[in-house]
Order: sequence, then C-alpha cells, then structure tokens
Amino acid sequence: IDLSSQVVRTVVSLKVENNGPDSASEILLPFPEHVAKNLAFLEASVSEGKGKTKGSSDSLPIKVVNPEGMPATLSWYSVALPKELGKGGNLNLEVKAVYSHILRPFPEKITQADIQLVAFQDGAHYLSPYAVKVQSLTVKLPEPKVESYTKLGNTKFSGSEIKYGPYENLPPFSYSPIVVHYVSNNPFAVARNLVREIEISHWGNVQITENYDLVHAGAEIKGEFSRLDYQTRPHVRGASAFRNLLAKLPPRAHSIYYRDEIGNISTSNVYSDSAKTLLEIEPRYPMFGGWRTAFTIGYGLPLRDFLFQSEGKRFLNISFGCPMSDVVVENLTVKIVLPEGSNDISVSVPFPVKQSQETKFSHLDMVGRPVIVLEKINSVPEHNQYFQVYYRFSNISLLTEPLMLIFGFFLFFVACVIYTHADLTISKSSASYLAKLQWDEVQSTIQQFQSIMNRSLIVHDKLEASLRDLSRTGDVQACKAARKAADTLLKELAKEVKPLLSFLQSSSQAAQIFPKVEELVAKERELQEKLMLKHSTVVDAYEKKSSGGRDIENRVASVQQKITLLRQEVDDLLEIIDEI
Amino acid sequence: MSAPETLQSTALRHAFGNVLSFFILLLIGVLAFSIRLFSVIKYESVIHEFDPYFNYRVTQFLIKNGVYDFWNWFDDRTWYPLGRVIGGTVYPGLTLTAGALWRIFHSLNIPLSVETVCVFTAPIFSAFASWAAYLLTKEVKGTGAGLTAAVLLSMVPSYISRSVAGSYDNEAVAIFALIFTFYLYIKTLNTGSLFYATLNAIAYFYMVCSWGGYTFIINLIPMHVLLCIVTGRYSPRLYIAYAPLYLRKMQVVLGTLLASLVPVVGFNAVMTSEHFASFLVFIIIHVVALVYYIKGILTPQMFKVAVTLVVSVGLIVCCAALAVLIALVASSPTKGWSGRSLSLLDPTYASKYIPIIASVSEHQPPTWPSYFMDINVLAFLVPAGIIACFMPLSDASTFAVLYIVTSVYFSGVMVRLMLVLAPAACIMSGIALSEAFDVFTRSIKFQLLGATQSPQVNKAGDTNSVAKNDVVKTEISEDTLKERPSRKNKKKEKEVIEKASLVSRIEKRLLVLPLEASLIAILLLVLLGAFYVVHCVWAAAEAYSAPSIVLTTRSNNGLHVFDDFREAYAWLSHNTEVDDKVASWWDYGYQTTAMANRTVIVDNNTWNNTHIATVGTAMSSPEKAAWEIFNSLDVKYVLVVFGGFVGYPSDDINKFLWMVRIGGGVFPHIKEPDYLRDGQYRIDSQATPTMLNSLMYKLSYYRFVETDGRGFDRVRNTEIGKKYFKLTHFEEVFTTHHWMVRLYKLKPPRNRIRGKTKKSKSDLAHLCRREEKKSIKFMDLFTLVVNHR
Repeated sequence: IDLSSQVVRTVVSLKVENNGPDSASEILLPFPEHVAKNLAFLEASVSEGKGKTKGSSDSLPIKVVNPEGMPATLSWYSVALPKELGKGGNLNLEVKAVYSHILRPFPEKITQADIQLVAFQDGAHYLSPYAVKVQSLTVKLPEPKVESYTKLGNTKFSGSEIKYGPYENLPPFSYSPIVVHYVSNNPFAVARNLVREIEISHWGNVQITENYDLVHAGAEIKGEFSRLDYQTRPHVRGASAFRNLLAKLPPRAHSIYYRDEIGNISTSNVYSDSAKTLLEIEPRYPMFGGWRTAFTIGYGLPLRDFLFQSEGKRFLNISFGCPMSDVVVENLTVKIVLPEGSNDISVSVPFPVKQSQETKFSHLDMVGRPVIVLEKINSVPEHNQYFQVYYRFSNISLLTEPLMLIFGFFLFFVACVIYTHADLTISKSSASYLAKLQWDEVQSTIQQFQSIMNRSLIVHDKLEASLRDLSRTGDVQACKAARKAADTLLKELAKEVKPLLSFLQSSSQAAQIFPKVEELVAKERELQEKLMLKHSTVVDAYEKKSSGGRDIENRVASVQQKITLLRQEVDDLLEIIDEI
Repeated sequence: MSAPETLQSTALRHAFGNVLSFFILLLIGVLAFSIRLFSVIKYESVIHEFDPYFNYRVTQFLIKNGVYDFWNWFDDRTWYPLGRVIGGTVYPGLTLTAGALWRIFHSLNIPLSVETVCVFTAPIFSAFASWAAYLLTKEVKGTGAGLTAAVLLSMVPSYISRSVAGSYDNEAVAIFALIFTFYLYIKTLNTGSLFYATLNAIAYFYMVCSWGGYTFIINLIPMHVLLCIVTGRYSPRLYIAYAPLYLRKMQVVLGTLLASLVPVVGFNAVMTSEHFASFLVFIIIHVVALVYYIKGILTPQMFKVAVTLVVSVGLIVCCAALAVLIALVASSPTKGWSGRSLSLLDPTYASKYIPIIASVSEHQPPTWPSYFMDINVLAFLVPAGIIACFMPLSDASTFAVLYIVTSVYFSGVMVRLMLVLAPAACIMSGIALSEAFDVFTRSIKFQLLGATQSPQVNKAGDTNSVAKNDVVKTEISEDTLKERPSRKNKKKEKEVIEKASLVSRIEKRLLVLPLEASLIAILLLVLLGAFYVVHCVWAAAEAYSAPSIVLTTRSNNGLHVFDDFREAYAWLSHNTEVDDKVASWWDYGYQTTAMANRTVIVDNNTWNNTHIATVGTAMSSPEKAAWEIFNSLDVKYVLVVFGGFVGYPSDDINKFLWMVRIGGGVFPHIKEPDYLRDGQYRIDSQATPTMLNSLMYKLSYYRFVETDGRGFDRVRNTEIGKKYFKLTHFEEVFTTHHWMVRLYKLKPPRNRIRGKTKKSKSDLAHLCRREEKKSIKFMDLFTLVVNHR
C-alpha cells in the first residue's frame, strides 16, 4: 500500500494456484463497501518471469459481478484469466487498485502552524474469498513520521515503511483492521469539477481548454491566516498548504495561458524540452486546507501529433485525464469538439465513461460542431490514458468559412455599389424630386460650361505664350500659326457653348445663375477680342519691324490693361459660379 | 475651379482625392484603435480601474437577463442594506452599446466573451470619434482640416487616458456621441435639412443615454443659436438660418422626449436648471422667427407699430414669467442645479460643501503641466486655430470657437473635463495646421513657379507687362485654393490695378512668404507634429495604459508584478460565503462586487453620503466602536488597502483623512483635528492617540512591525507610531503577497451569560461611549501637555 500521496495505491501480487478439481476461468476480487465506493481505478495483469525482470502483459478484462452465496456487503469484481487455470496450475497476477478520498485528515481542523495528520484504515490481511497461504503487507508512508499505528504480531516499522506479516494459512475472509495515523503534508488537491475541451481545427491546431474548480481537501484551516508567519517560515507555518501545481503537457504545446475569470494569473512558469512541456502554475494564493480556487489553463498543440488517418477515417489520439500530477478529479468532463461537418463518429476509451453528444456554435458556424462529451467520476492520474475518437471529415468543408467570408464581403461591396448607383427615391413624380433632377442637370451643364471656359482660357494662355516666343525668337510665322490654331479652337468652343447656354436659359432652376453665366460669356468674348487685338498689333509690329520693343509695348499697354482687368473679372465670375 | 483642367481630369482628381481620404480615414481608425492596445500588450486584456468594473458587471447582467430585467434591476449586492436601483440610476448608453455589439457578434457565431467586448469597446469608439471629428471639422473648414483634426484626435493623450483598451467607461462612447452630435448640428446648420435634424436628435439621445456630460451639449447649442441671433446672422441667410429653428424644434421636442425616456434623466430633463437655457432659447428663436415672418408681411410702418406693441406687452409677460421662475428655482436649496454642475459654475463650491465630490482627484482643477501632458502641442496651436476660424467667420466656425472657449473654461474647473476640451483642441489645431500647411505649400509652389518664369521675364524685357500678367495669372490660379482673405485682397486690388499694376504685384507678393521661410516653417511644423506623435505614443504606452488593478515595477532582475488586488478578490470570491458582507472604503466597492461577487456597504456610486460617512466613521473609530458599527451593518469582513510594505501610495492610510472628513460631516463626534498633530497628518510616534487607536491604523499596521523589526512605512517614509498591539474584535483572515490588501473578519460576539443579555447590551453601548470619552479625555490631556510645553 502506497500512502505517499493523497491517492492510495495498492498493488497486490497474487500467486494463484488452483487446488480444486475444476479449471477456473476467473478470479474474484472482493472489496469492502467503504473502500469500494472510493475505488477509482482497478487493473489486473498477469506478470511473467520472476524477480526484477518480470514484465506484465496487457491488462485483463475486469467486470463487476454479484456472485451468489457471498456476503453482500462486499463489492465483487471478477478478473477473467487469459487461459483457464487447470488443476494444480498456477499464475502470477498483479492487481493494481487506486483509491481516492480514502484518507481522513485527523484532526479535521488545524491552525496555520500545525502539521497535517492523516488516518488510514485497512485490514492487515488480504481480503479474499480464497484461502491464503502466505501473505505480507507493506505500508509506504510519505515521511518517516507516524503518530500511531496498529501493532499486530509481526509488525515492523523502519524508515518510512511499516511491515505486517508474513502471515500464513489464513482462512477465506480473514480480517484484522489496522489504522495508520501519520504525517502527510502532501497537497490534497482535489478538482471538484474539471472540464477539458479539446477543439480540433483542421487548420493545424488542437486547442485544449481546461477549467478547474480546485479545493484543498486536507485538514481545514482554522483561526487566523497570517501572511507574516507564512512568509517568514513557509515550511513551518504553512506546511499543509500547497503553493504550486505541476502540469505535464505534451511536447510542442504553444500559446499556453493560465487565467481565471478576473484575468491573467501571472505566477506561472513553463519549461519545455522535446519530450514534454512542464507548466508550473501557482494559484493566486497559497492553498490552505478547505480553501478553494478556480482557474483555466489552455494551450494549443500541433495537429499532426494527435490526428491520424486510418481506413479513410480520421482519428484523434489524445490523453484523457488531467495533466496535473496528484490531482484527483471528482467530476471529469472531456468534450471533444470536432470540426463542423464531421460525421460517422465513434469513441474508444479504455475504461467505462458516460458518453453523450451535443452541438457547439463557434466561429461563423452554420450548423454547429459536433461535440462528444465524456464524463468520468472520480478520476485519478492513472486515468491519464490515451483514447481515440474516430470520425470522417472532408477537406472541402475546410474552405466553407473562408468562402463564406469572401462572399459576405463581396455582397457588402455589391450592396455599396448598388446603393451609390441606384435611385432610391420613393415618388418619382413629386415636385421636389423633379426639381432635384433638374438641378442636377443644371449643375452638370454648368460644369461643362466651366470646363469650356477654362479651355478657352487655356487658349488665351497659349496665345500669350506665342507672343512671348515671338519676342524671344522673332519667329512671326510660328506666331501666326498659333493664332490660327487658337482661332479655330475658340470657334469650336463658342459653338459648344451655345446649346449649353440655351439650356440654361430655358431651365427655371438656373434662373439664379444664368445672369452670371451670361455676364461671363460676354466678358470672355470681350477678353477674347482684346487679346486678338493685342496679338495682331504685336504681330503687325514685328512684321513691320518698324520700332523697338518699347514702342510695341506702348501701343499694347492700353489693351493690356484692359486684358488684365477683364481676365480678373472673368476669373472672379468663374469663382462665383463655382460657388453657386 | 479656374485651374486649367478638363472636366474629366477634375472628376478623376475628385475620385482620387476621395479614395485617398477614405484610406487616410481608414488608417486613422486603425491608428486610433491600435494606439489604445498598449494596455493589452503590456499588461493583459482586462477591465481597468474602478468604474469600468461596475459597467462590466452591469453589461454582464444585461447580457444574461435581457433589457427588461436590466431596466428593473434592483441590485442588492451593494449599498447593503439599502441596495441600489441600477436600472434607474445608470446611464445605459455604454452598456447597451456593448450589449448590442456582443449580440451582433454572437448572431454571427463569433464567440467573444463579454469581457473581450467590453475591453475593446473603447478603442472601437475612439476610432468612430476620430471619424466624427473629421466630419465635424470638414463641415467647419474643409477636408484637409478634417483629416488633420482626425489624426490629432485619434491620438490625443487626454482622450487616450479614458479610452485605452479595458477602460470601459461612459466617456469612451460619450466623446464620440458628443462630436457626432455637434457634427450633425453643424451639418443641419449648413444644409437646413430636416433629415439631419432628426439624426441630430437621435445622436443627442444617444449622448443623453451615455454620459452626464450631455448638459454641455444642451447648453452649448442654445448658446450658439443665441449668438447667431445676436450677431444678426439670422437675417442674411434666411434659408440656412431656419435650420437651427428646425433643429431646436427637433431637438427640444424630439430630443427632450427621447431624453426623458432614459430613467436616470427622467423628468430632470424639464425640471433642473441645466436644461433651462435650451427652453429659453427655444422660445427666443420662435419669437425671432415670428418677427421675421411678420416683417415679411407687414409694411415698415406697420411693423414698427407692431414691434412697439409686442415689445411692451412681451416685456411685461416675460418679467412676470421670469419672476415666477426665479421664485421657483430659488426655493430649492441648490437652485435646481446638481452638485457637480454647481461646482462647475463655482469652482470652490465642492470643496466648501461636498467633500465627497472634492475627495475625488479627477474633480480637482488641473495644473498647467496636466494641460501639456494631456493636449501637448495642441495647446499652442489652438489660438492659431481660433484666428483661422475668424478669417471667414461662418456659422460653423463660430460654433467651433464657442465650443473651444467654453470647454477651456470647463477644463479649467475639473481635470475630468479635459476630455471635453480635447476634441475641441484637436479640431482647432487641425484647422490651424491645415491652414498653415496650405499657406506654406502654396507659397513654395508660387515661388517655384515664379522662379521658372522669371528668366523669361528678364529675357523678354520689352514684354514686361506680359510677364507681369503671367505672375498675376499664376497667382489667381493658386488663389482659388485660398480662402476668403486672399479674395478680399483681390477685390482691393481691382481698384488699385487700374492705377498701377506694379503696385498690385508687390501687394500680391506680400501674401506669399519667402521660399526659405516657408520651407523652414514647414520643417518646424513637421517637427512639431512629430513631437506630438512621440509624446502621444509615450503617453499611451507609459502613462495611461496601466490597468491599476495590476501594478508592475521594473527592477534589475526583470519585471515584477503586483497582483494583490485580484489575489484578495479571488480569495474573497472562493473562500467566503456568498452572502457575506464586505466593508471597505468606497473606492473598492465596484471592484469587490464585480470581481469578488460579495455584497458591499458602499461603492463608487456615492449616492448616499450618510452611508459612506458611516463607514468613514467606523474606520476612524476605535476598534470597539467600529466593531459595533460594522456588526450593526451585518458586515463580516473588512478590507483595507495598505501600501506601506511595498510603497504603494494610494492606499487607505493616505485616504484616511477623507474618511475622517466625510465621517465627521455627518457624525460630529469625529473631529478632524483629533487626527492631526499641529495641522499635520502623521502616523509616526508624533501622531495623536486618536489616530493611533483608529481602526484604519490598526488594521493597516497589524503585525507590520514584525516584518522588518521597526515598522518602517515605505509610503510615508517614517517608522509607525504604535508598533505592537493586538486586535480584540477583529482577526486577520487574509493578507496578500505584498500586503497590499488585508482582510479581517469580525470576531463573533463573546458568549454572554444567561439572563444578563439585556444588561450586557446596554453595557456594550456604555462601554463604547465610555471608551470614546476616555479617548477624548486622553486627547485633551495630551493636547494640554503639548500646550504646556
């Protein structure tokens, strides 16, 4: 019996011999009622070989039985043997049983300074429906400190071990109770509830979220908790408390977080190597007896380490239990969230669990993701075995969500385009709507008009430029050519302006703006004339080569003044129109 | 547009400009959002400080129970034993916004937690706010100014301080609502559209829902309308001037109706003086509208007669109405104003009469450095912006000027209202910067163009006039970009130009700055902008992103985290009974209810001064009396925050004087001088015995001396006065890792001998009183001795 932690592990090595006439195919294992209800894990295997080289084969199937004629206060399990045991045949059997909540803290309440004492009850003799020839018992304690223990004949206490026996020739159902009362400052971390959610994403990630609801199930603290005492002598004044927990996560675990409902908990450490990732977490406060806490840890794992394919099916192979060492879980719920669109789901777990199915809606799901819910009561570290979930999933369904997003945005943009181009006016014949339409037309006409004006101004500029060229180079021909081009252009523009003007005149909406437009046209024409006048004067002067530049300037000066003035006015008018 | 361009290219340029500004706005939004994520990156995604925790809790309730339960929510986990009607006393805008966001996300099957939504609401809305600032400034002064203002607002430290990720507070959405309401107002003013007026009323309603600061809007807009009427802006632009009328109608009728739907405002919308101005202006604008209407239909003589008639009658009626109103208003003690508003009008009001308002640091007037810290270079740019607003004074720019002037005053009264100043400062600085850039770039462009043309001028020689014309022409083409000042100049020029064109040239040149000067000025402006950006990023990263429930210090061996508050709250929530009552100073009320889910006696809502005073009295009483008070309130645990161990300055000992002051305000046996030695607040050996015997002192320093042997307080930098003492009525149940939060449990009353119950009860009361007396006597003795010396 190993008492070194809060779970009690018993390993029974049986050498079974069939003395009866019939061959036996099974062996019955009885457990007393009070022990049986705390029995968390039971495993039997045949051990072969002898001494240290013995290797145990696969575990044998065990089932609950209710044999007749046996005391009902015992719970019975029967181990099916790999091969029938004939008369006189013998077999080495190893039965491993793990119990939780079987240790009772005594006294039940201690102060901060006290050490935690725990009582353990069992029988010194091996409880069996069969006669036992030779039997001995070893109780292993966490520390070599014992408050008291039942002394029977042949009891030895050495180091941290108590030895009972060997006893010989015990009849069936022989029982002699023993009580061991010893010091155990081990953490009694019990998770009342643990929900593990394993979410598979075929984009390459397995996300695991674990919600803990933890309690220190040891002796409860009474009286004051003094931080001072705890800080100055943590091992004396707070021996029964535990500070941290160690979780052994699979290798290549990434994006690990540790938080509770009010935020991140900053007291944690991660050590990783190629074989494992160690996560050392510290609850927000030291856990004394009876104190509770709740937190969540989460991490991501690479998909290729856990998801495999066989016979057209995919299967997830991942460990079942809580990754923390020495944590007993009262209610363990494992949820496996498969990707949307998975079907043909089956689960294989090496021990009995309650199984159900639900649906979860996560990121942009349409039909929801199938969730396998596995529930297990009283789970101990021994339950940390691999289990498999088989399902079918086609890779095309992977693309649904991105496509959906793309389509959604596409629709949004299309809607925008339609909105900007569509006319959403309800009543197409209402006065205000017609007025608006007309106004739009007027506006576009005015814009056209403006652009024509601007173009004619550009022509003016060109003329001026040609004059400048003339003064520099004296090339009269080029200047004349420019003049010609300008003339034709201006004529064209004047033609273009006419329909616009007539439209503006007819439109009632433009009544306000029309005078300005007319004025502008008139001014522009005047400007044009003056400019032409200037141009021809200058060109004439050059052609005649009669006088110097000063003379030309003098002749042009008066025209020039007018031109500047007109140009100014035209620009002002343009601006005014622009504003309207 | 006289710039020589064809229609098509203009359209293309427009489209290009639109797309460009759209992307700039998008980037501004991203900037506004991401600059506020420093708190998440440096700390974690967590709700900050005090009030956000309450809002978070309310949001949780809303999402869990729906809107109707939320309206009717009576919260029994706070203000024990009174409770609080949350639905009727909370501004629901923020909560409903976050709730709606959460619902939208969940309807799309995006499983965000309530906390995540709450944490990121503020950054999202600050992006909205900078877009709203763009719209508003665009209405005032054009696109360029709008974009500049939006950039400035997206990272103004003052607003960042209230809207970092996790700072889930009313202001975060209210500033957006404020700016957006103003934008819609200006838009209505500029367009006169009923559509925008309706939108404006809805935006105003949203603002009323979200923040008590809506009174700023309800007073600012009437002020502006009044200003418009007084300055005669009503008459010349009749069409647009009707817009405010529509608006007022819409706002007063619709807005007020909507506003009274919000329970927290309720009939206050028509009852209190804060809303009085809007109704007055509502009446005035109708009178003015009527006058203009009558003026339109009557002949001038008739009009004059009518005016005299109406004025004389109207004056009498008005006087009568005013008298009644004044009598009504004056009959109430606060003249119909709420305490906070009063302290706005009279900055000394709160410190005189309401210590509970004065005790909050954000209600103090700001210091000059805080202006520099919070709006930085904007403070220097604002005057330039105001000048720019006056250049062509429009309705919109008068509004902007009015906004900045009033908000400067308000920010001078309360630090908190710096938040209202920030958008105004951004808008003004945006205008100033954009105008400045406009002038400088234009003069550079002109100079460059002039430089290319001047050789021609020289060569031409004889065609001096032509060259001159050229100069004038380019000037004109550039002028189109200019605002009115240049146009005015131009008009002047028209007269001058006939006399001498040379003069005009010189005058034109005067408008343009020299090339070197403008280059240097642009460089300086860019530097100024860069300095602003650096400052803002620094402020966002270092100054304003601490969540204040987690503290960090950088030491030689890395980052050290002080997570004591959550340690204590987590302990409370997991290791005490659900119905246990926790007493603490009100600062920690919201956090305790939200994080520890335990009933508290007082919280940050501070609606009941007497209740807070009771807790203050208990904290400043000797142990026995305090136990009596707490026991009568059914308190099981007392929480104190103590910073002396690690040097955390905002702990309860530093707040203790406020407890005494507030407690003494209601219970006169607590006297502030008893806790002061010669007017000085001290906790060392010179401290008064009343101080050393107060519960706060004892709970803070219980067994503190044993940590270092002499009891050295690292906040006050002294050794504590009374070192060794025992607690008789309280026991320590939990102290956090750095001693920052200490939790004590009230010891159960001692067993009483049968038959003596009655007597012992009265005994207790006697004892309590006697002890008090004793201590006072002792005090007197002590002071006597001191005086004698």
